[in-house]
Amino acid sequence: MSHKNTRAGAPKAKTFTKRRLREWGTGWLFVLPWVIGVSVFFLYAMAQSLSYALSDVRLTNGLTVTYQGFQNFITLFTSDTTFPLALSDFALGLLLQVPIIVAFSLIMALMLSSKIKCRAMFRVLFFLPVIIATGPVMDELTQQGVASVPMVNQAAIQGVLASLPNWLSEPILNLFSSLILILWNSGVQILIFIAGLQKVSPDMREAARIDGASGWEIFWKITIPTVKPMVLLNAVYTIIALSTGGQNAIIQLIYNSMFDSAVGRGYGYAAAMAWTYSLVVALALLLAWLILRDRNKKVVYEKRRVAMKGGYYHGDEKKQA
Amino acid sequence: MAMKKSRRKRTPLERREHLRKLLLGSNEKQGVLLNIVVYTLLISIAFIFLYPVLYMLSTSLMPKEDLLDTAAKWIPSSIYTKNYTDAMQTMDYWNSLLKNLAIAFFPTLAQVVVCSLVGYGFARYNFPLKSLLMVILMLSFLLPAQLTIMPNYVLFANLGLKGTIWAFIVPAVLGMGFKSALFILIFYNFHRQVPNVLLEAAQIDGTSGFGAYFRIAVPLSLPAVVTVILFSFVWYWNETNLTQVYLGYASSRNNGLTTLLIELQKFETSYEALYSQWDASPNKLNGAIRMAGTMLSILPLLLGYLGLQRYFIESVDKSGITGE
Repeated sequence: MSHKNTRAGAPKAKTFTKRRLREWGTGWLFVLPWVIGVSVFFLYAMAQSLSYALSDVRLTNGLTVTYQGFQNFITLFTSDTTFPLALSDFALGLLLQVPIIVAFSLIMALMLSSKIKCRAMFRVLFFLPVIIATGPVMDELTQQGVASVPMVNQAAIQGVLASLPNWLSEPILNLFSSLILILWNSGVQILIFIAGLQKVSPDMREAARIDGASGWEIFWKITIPTVKPMVLLNAVYTIIALSTGGQNAIIQLIYNSMFDSAVGRGYGYAAAMAWTYSLVVALALLLAWLILRDRNKKVVYEKRRVAMKGGYYHGDEKKQA
Repeated sequence: MAMKKSRRKRTPLERREHLRKLLLGSNEKQGVLLNIVVYTLLISIAFIFLYPVLYMLSTSLMPKEDLLDTAAKWIPSSIYTKNYTDAMQTMDYWNSLLKNLAIAFFPTLAQVVVCSLVGYGFARYNFPLKSLLMVILMLSFLLPAQLTIMPNYVLFANLGLKGTIWAFIVPAVLGMGFKSALFILIFYNFHRQVPNVLLEAAQIDGTSGFGAYFRIAVPLSLPAVVTVILFSFVWYWNETNLTQVYLGYASSRNNGLTTLLIELQKFETSYEALYSQWDASPNKLNGAIRMAGTMLSILPLLLGYLGLQRYFIESVDKSGITGE
């Protein structure tokens, strides 16, 4: 029961009010700065951004907001030539890249957790991109043509992909042409998996060995189930990383609409783009959760998930009460 | 001695078994074959990972004749540092570096203090609406910042914060800086693991809630503090999309704050404004100068990382992000 420590001296029923009131007060004081911040910069801003999305926003001496219903969204999907395309490219990119990054990180973590020499050096190397991989740097590298693996023949891949429909072959081609930079996204995930692998209990492996399990069996029956919650965590982390940073065409489109008076349609239109985009990101997160959640061990899983995300598990308490 | 003895006695069957164990591994030792595979993979992937950086380094030192010469694909014919001086001038390097340091340092400072307080509040106390607030915290972590950027930009512009350092410090002080939600969660996880007995003992001794926080919780959470400082600094340094908006999208150079990466983004424009670009110009922008600029923009963080690598590598482990 690792959770019994989490509550500040649970108040007894008789001394209830005074003590609990003080606890409430102190608790609120601690989180107060954030409550103000989140109200202004997140909740209020969300409401504002939603109202922008449903309005025509003009920057003529001050901000004029005229409600116009779903007009921005209609324009977005009927007469915009770039956004729907960029959005579907982004979604397909996520579908392809997230599994690759997560699987790659797991393989790297497994290799880095085995008994090899220079382990520390390898870890430092593979974490390096987290420090240096940023949009402008990756743009420069792409422009110099060093984003893809040097030995891979691009023309050959193009030949193989020629038989596929265009909407599918293009993301795959993108994948190969910037494979290094995509794999560069795996630094944090590798470390998360390594931390997870350390939790695989040596006793359990020893016991399995004595029972005659092979290394292969131990890997599938013990190691993989232990790191399974990390897979979800890493998938979520990867989706967020890919959707907020680096070379993201959609973010650029949103900013263009905000600031570029020549091509932009204003804040309202930008807000509509941002809401559509966030919806896609939310769907991707939901999809990851649906696929990767552990269906069998609901309670254990729920605890882990909540703990991982920094939540607080309430199940036990209800049982005690 | 014992080894020799057993070797003398070995039957063909045992010898085969010994070979199998050596190659494929046994319970005690990893097999040689597996080791060969692992090392080969690790070394080649390390090369692939480093390839862009190595290319950047070698190209940035090449005189422009080398760029066309296929013989000098990797090793420059001579070390040519003018690329770097040109790039430094283009980016207004030392000036931009200082501004960049300010943009990364002050919000980080504010962020680590506030996120620790808020994380502690969530971990240690129960109060009305706590679950709702936690849900909002998660949402603010999961949804892209682009959703709220327009109203916040308008707000900053109205308050006169746009383009100043306060556009970064004010949200950080209110726990809404870059990735604040993640840092609050890290502190939350950390403070939850502190045994309650310690804090209760302090309270019996007459320490207030805040006293217990400063005297017991803060010293115990130092590893989390280190993690948050490092990552917050790196993220403020690297975040270009949002920084650009807070600085006022089209603000030109010398007109206030900037970061090295923003300077890199407009490298071409700045360069062309500095050096004339007619066709036969000896100063035409080339790949070597661009790579020198890229190298310069990552160099400060790179050096910092190499110096503090241990803390970076341990940070994920210590953040408690893997649960329990």
